[in-house]
Amino acid sequence: MAVTCQCGGERTRKLEALLDRYRGQPQALIQVLHQAQEIYGYLPREVLKKVSLALNVPLSQVYGVVSFYSFFTIHPKGRHRISVCKGTACYVRGAEQLLEHLREELRIKPGETTADGEFSLEVVRCLGACGLGPVIMVDEDVHARVMPERIPDILSAYRS
Amino acid sequence: MSLINITIDGRPVQVPPGTTILEAARKAGVKIPTLCYLEELSVIGACRLCLVQVEGARTLVAACVAQAGEGMVVHTNTPAVRQARRVNLELILSNHPRECLTCLRNTNCELQRLAAELGVDQVRFEGEMSPYGVDDSSPALVRDPRKCVLCRRCVAVCSEVQGVSAIAVQERGFDTVVAPAFLAPLGEVSCVNCGQCSLVCPTAAIHERDQTAEVWAALADPEKHVVVQTAPAVRVSVGEMFGLEPGSIVTGKLVAALRRLGFDRVFDTDFAADLTIMEEANEFIHRLQNGGPLPLITSCSPGWIKFIEHFYPQLLPNLSTCKSPQQMFGALAKTYYAQRAGIDPAKIFVVSIMPCTAKKFEARRPEMRASGYWDVDVVLTTRELGRMIKQAGFDFASLPEEDYDEPLGISTGAGAIFGATGGVMEAALRTAYELLTGATLLSLDFEEVRGLKGIKEAVVGVNGCEVRVAVANGLDNARKVLDTVINGEKEYHFIEIMACPGGCIGGGGQPIPTNRETRARRVAAIYQVDRQLPLRKSHENPAVQALYREFLGKPSGHKSHELLHTHYTPRERF
Repeated sequence: MAVTCQCGGERTRKLEALLDRYRGQPQALIQVLHQAQEIYGYLPREVLKKVSLALNVPLSQVYGVVSFYSFFTIHPKGRHRISVCKGTACYVRGAEQLLEHLREELRIKPGETTADGEFSLEVVRCLGACGLGPVIMVDEDVHARVMPERIPDILSAYRS
Repeated sequence: MSLINITIDGRPVQVPPGTTILEAARKAGVKIPTLCYLEELSVIGACRLCLVQVEGARTLVAACVAQAGEGMVVHTNTPAVRQARRVNLELILSNHPRECLTCLRNTNCELQRLAAELGVDQVRFEGEMSPYGVDDSSPALVRDPRKCVLCRRCVAVCSEVQGVSAIAVQERGFDTVVAPAFLAPLGEVSCVNCGQCSLVCPTAAIHERDQTAEVWAALADPEKHVVVQTAPAVRVSVGEMFGLEPGSIVTGKLVAALRRLGFDRVFDTDFAADLTIMEEANEFIHRLQNGGPLPLITSCSPGWIKFIEHFYPQLLPNLSTCKSPQQMFGALAKTYYAQRAGIDPAKIFVVSIMPCTAKKFEARRPEMRASGYWDVDVVLTTRELGRMIKQAGFDFASLPEEDYDEPLGISTGAGAIFGATGGVMEAALRTAYELLTGATLLSLDFEEVRGLKGIKEAVVGVNGCEVRVAVANGLDNARKVLDTVINGEKEYHFIEIMACPGGCIGGGGQPIPTNRETRARRVAAIYQVDRQLPLRKSHENPAVQALYREFLGKPSGHKSHELLHTHYTPRERF
């Protein structure tokens, strides 16, 4: 989906204050990106351009850092966040196939958000529920022993 | 400072503290293979091909980054070292498309050469291949991440030497790729097309857009009258494509080769360089006498032009409005020359041989149609011309020396030195001085603006006034000069900027390798060309004088403005 910048108002003010604090300090890049992502929930393109100008770090290098660390995301999060556990136990009990089904169902890759903004998908390592594998979490709900056939039902419960 | 004693393959060497094992080995005459290493610019120890054994060390060490220590005993050629280097190269090759036979860099590829030198006779690891496709969005350069070995030399040049940083290392692990931000196509970002990346790339992961097929087609078309112009820097470099020494002056052979390829007229960009000086010197005098805007900044280097449009748009009024010699030539070829020769300009096909990848972009700027057609149809780099000559099968070194055609082939030494950093400034000063004072210059050699130093300054006394000039080569140096102008630290009247280190002789379209030594030798050759020419001032060029008399009127006149001057476009920063 197109990444639209939702700049404006409160968040813009917060970002400007953040950038003012670190203006001309290239070494502060990672902490600025952290805080910018806290403000927006993700890192919109326009925000990265502003960070590049304020800190005097070329945009290509800013994006290099953003794309290196999996913590950073350039995609806005969906209303519901799906985490698929690919820890060892879940993996051996079919997490990979589960993920494949989710990708097909949602038509997105891990790290992305569906076009309607409903779901975002991510892969996590071990949710501490190994005995219940394969496990997925949707928002705060843990779904245990998920078989691929159950995915449509699980998702429809969350659709608005 | 006391020297460090180190033994390499049994040979004692003394080196200053801080010397790397690689440098010490070179001093001892011991060759250690390298791939990611780029002298003085990028030393990251990533490729692991320079591994050596150091007695007492737990593992093999990378000679490019490890420093020599007192009493160190180094072995560069043990079975363990050879084995490790070979395995590392095999691993690099495991996801490299082995298309050598059909690759642009076939026979001039560092990876290929290393595979031969290290004796890699098989690649036992068949791995996944790069998920990224070819990016041919730029009119000047093509990226092929499949062939990238992630040595990062291009990234270092783009950032450190050019201060552009259009490309950087993106993503992570197997997905790592050298690309612009957001993995955007190169043609859509603030890449200035200078092509320095293509000069340092060890493989064909980033290379010039090859347009030789378009030129072959034009040459084979009986309806077309194909004329060619050769930039000043090409005559001192193209010989390197055929094994001649760097800095060999091959002007006559170049002309002969072009004629044999089938070009109908072989002309010289040096002629247009003389013309540029007539226009630019007059523009300079006009600005000097009419309150600016000063400093006047030169406009011959298309990489520099795109750079200022992206990064310093506030200085665009300072740019000379003169087109580059390439574009002046094109505009005249399809007007003045067409008229004189009685040829329909629609049938004239103009090819440029340039040391430059950015010229390809320049030729396609929408404003470059002053003649009513594309003023320049195709730009070939020195490398592309070299390939055409090879394809034609000529033995370049034994070609006879031939002369350019008239009238657009007549030039002076001032036109020739456009090919080196400081040359445009020197050529302009030779003419501006004599026009302003009415006196004859005692010495034509403005030594202060010559040489490979990144930033040069000079003060020239003219009519009791001091004219302050600066010359920068390499865009990061340009940045430094411009910043001192903007913050008021320095005041200059005239600034010359060339995008590439050393000027056009170090251009992104020049033969590979282009390094410090080849640059120095090409510069020396350019000034030798100048010294050997009977005329060394642009305003004394008889063909240029005739052009004004017969066609243009006077410098900066109405027709000049129509054909020879241009305007610029502020561009987005990113």
